[in-house]
Amino acid sequence: MPVADELDKVLEVELQGIRDRVRAFELDRREFLRLCGGGLLVCLAGPAVAAQESGRRSGGHPLPTEISAWIHIDPSGTVTVCTGKVEIGQNIRTSLAQQVAEELRAPFASIAMTMGDTDLVPWDAGTFGSRTTPTMGPELRNMAAGARQMLVEEAARRWACDPSSLTASDGKVINPATQAALSYGEITKGTKLTGTVAGDPPLTPASDWKIAGTPAPKVHGLEFVTGKHRYPSDIVRPGMRFGKVLRPSGFNATLVSVDSSAAEKMPGVQVVRDGDFIGAVADDVWTAEAALLKINAQWNVPPQISSVQLFAALKKGAGDDGTNRSADVDAALAQADAKLEQTYTVAYIAHAPLEPRAAVAEWQDGKLTVWTGTQRPFGVKDELVRVFRLPETQVRVLMPDMGSAYGGKHTGECAIEAARLAKAAGKPVKLIWTREEEFTWAYFRPAGVMEIRAGAKKDGTLVAWEHHNYNSGPSGVGTPYAVKPAVTEYHEWPAPPLAQGSYRGLAATANHFARETAMDELAHALAIDPLEFRMKNLTDERLRAVFTAAADKFGWGKEKSTAQRGFGIAGGTEKGGYTAACAEVEIDPQGKVRIRRLAQAWESGVIINPDGLRNQVMGAMVQAIGGALFENVQFANGKVTNGDFGDYRVPRFHDTPPEVEVILIDRRDLPPAGAGETGIVAVAPAVGNAMFAATGQRLRNMPMAVKNSV
Amino acid sequence: MLLALGETMAELVLHVNGAVRRTEAAADEPLLWVLRNRLGLTGTRFGCGEGQCGACTVLLNGKPTRSCLTPAAAAADAQITTIEGLERDGRLTPVQEAFLEEDAMQCGYCTSGMVLAVTALLREHPRPSDAETLQAMNGNMCRCGTYPRIRAAIRRASDKMAQQEATHARG
Repeated sequence: MPVADELDKVLEVELQGIRDRVRAFELDRREFLRLCGGGLLVCLAGPAVAAQESGRRSGGHPLPTEISAWIHIDPSGTVTVCTGKVEIGQNIRTSLAQQVAEELRAPFASIAMTMGDTDLVPWDAGTFGSRTTPTMGPELRNMAAGARQMLVEEAARRWACDPSSLTASDGKVINPATQAALSYGEITKGTKLTGTVAGDPPLTPASDWKIAGTPAPKVHGLEFVTGKHRYPSDIVRPGMRFGKVLRPSGFNATLVSVDSSAAEKMPGVQVVRDGDFIGAVADDVWTAEAALLKINAQWNVPPQISSVQLFAALKKGAGDDGTNRSADVDAALAQADAKLEQTYTVAYIAHAPLEPRAAVAEWQDGKLTVWTGTQRPFGVKDELVRVFRLPETQVRVLMPDMGSAYGGKHTGECAIEAARLAKAAGKPVKLIWTREEEFTWAYFRPAGVMEIRAGAKKDGTLVAWEHHNYNSGPSGVGTPYAVKPAVTEYHEWPAPPLAQGSYRGLAATANHFARETAMDELAHALAIDPLEFRMKNLTDERLRAVFTAAADKFGWGKEKSTAQRGFGIAGGTEKGGYTAACAEVEIDPQGKVRIRRLAQAWESGVIINPDGLRNQVMGAMVQAIGGALFENVQFANGKVTNGDFGDYRVPRFHDTPPEVEVILIDRRDLPPAGAGETGIVAVAPAVGNAMFAATGQRLRNMPMAVKNSV
Repeated sequence: MLLALGETMAELVLHVNGAVRRTEAAADEPLLWVLRNRLGLTGTRFGCGEGQCGACTVLLNGKPTRSCLTPAAAAADAQITTIEGLERDGRLTPVQEAFLEEDAMQCGYCTSGMVLAVTALLREHPRPSDAETLQAMNGNMCRCGTYPRIRAAIRRASDKMAQQEATHARG
């Protein structure tokens, strides 16, 4: 097959020079270093490693455990950086390479990132929680700085001079006294330099950055505009067949009976059964789908709650018996001139990444290799080890840069299914979930109920704050405003009706929506400008700065809201990111609402790549419109009833405001925080507050405008 | 005659990116699967299989078409252009260049379909109005939310094409 050949070539290039290491991991670390061959290999060991170790659950990984990343420089000067983090559209392939290039003093183009391949990269918990930039970035910088020092020392040895008399730049060590230069490739040629960087070598201050801090273009951008990039769905293996999995007719169903005889009679079709797991394999996906339609299965679906009963069941399930009221808050509220006691809700929503779950599984000589889209390659590997009872060394998971996830691809269902089918087929099998499967059998952002009690004095001083979150999660539940007493609690629902899990921003979206709406309500009750009211109670300088920046850019307060145009503001901080958004909504004579303009300020410490950061924040703002206005997973009798893009509405071109502005604040004096998530939290309350300013109608439930949004 | 789903293969001749491609496929097999799984053109992406997201957009005789809902046999007489067929002599089209220069993508999974939809839009409307842009592009989803950048890429590509026209006219 020509396709397989092409792919093998691509993989060959990617693996060049590091293939030996694949086998080396099964040996101990000294062997691993020996097998690496010529060049320079530097491993990073440092305090971060200990933190990662504590996050390990299953232990016993065959990789060198004391190392959190490594870097290899070959005689051609190519720098290969191995990290367990993965690229899912957040642009870390680019931003991490920039940081390595910066500290190594090597050209940006010489850096190749090997990411998320469990045989080639050090163990990593996964890519989530906006952790890559604050943790992996500094680790790679440490490692690159250590590698540069080793290169300088090796050059000094050859030149018989003092290392401190040498400089490094643009992939070369230079002797300023003699004008002699040695490229990194020349230095590593014929040597087997290895070293471990421990501790914290001195790093380049951001004020001196030349590659980090610049809008470096997206690595592999060309492959995306030409269609050449291979996502997990695009992987092809020799002799590969296609699989499909028969789904139960509802959640928590048990199989009663199955008749697959008609499917089994189809030429080239193999039906695979293993307990309640039923799948079909064929030479092409269309035939596999046809086979699935011919399998007649009866399922027993137990009675379960539907979306209409959701919030009542949720509060009860999360242990609300009416006693979650703080006596301190009761007492403090007696002093308040304006009081608020309100309930806010958020619906279940879907991640709906444009690339559904996909996996290609291959068994060879007892070793299982799976290419799959996941934020946790090592987590998926652990699942495969457990399910198929394999030794750690016999499972490899590879994660080609995927068609995104937004927190939705932490688990290995699709990889396990593909592996099960491939095991039965004796051939590699590709499985791509349908959109309906992705909408039904993945997991969801939890729905939640937020109850807030608060009060303020006439002059706008907050005197009490109480915020209970039921089920959606604790992140962002604390208030950044200076108020005492402040009681904020999360109450878990142990048995929710839908599988629920991680999501971009997760509970911070729900908690910011509730808090920033409540703040707006109090401001209106006191007849104080909503921005002024916030500032009155805000001592956090970073949060004040983003509020000011957003308001200035937007022209907050220059025009008054009318029945046709409303202005709203909201902001907050989570995971080290600070953000504030201003929204302008337009209400047409028919009462339809349109977001006319969004301006959002963002600060997350020093900026690694301003273009990538701007893209992330803008994307989060647009994605936020979906959850704010119309995204809502409906379910009844164990089934999702709006599981397609016709019924489950996500933001499209016509939902995108004509003006979407991002104001970035670059704090070169502060370490960088992650920016993949928190940019999503301020839009919904800003829009809701703008709608109130225009219509006088307070919207306390997300999505806010199921019927009336344009 | 409608053949039973997936059971009877027939020879299929397609005109893809200027070349004649022969393969076997079931009569009703969607063009998307034929392109991706039989012809190795994986640049055309699967997003929903319902014609709702635009990730699978290809051009049939220049017209943007959802390959997931188009039986391959129905495309037999058409000139099919996929994302792999846009470059000429290794040179990107103005639309591809504009997407790169505006960094109008994040995960890039929608990019193939977006680039082809914009290519068709600008052929029909070299200077598209907002309404024309909406009409042409609303069926293409970007879950990462890069629409503002895609709008900028459309303007940039339109400018590039106008410039090329002008250079051409002068030459």
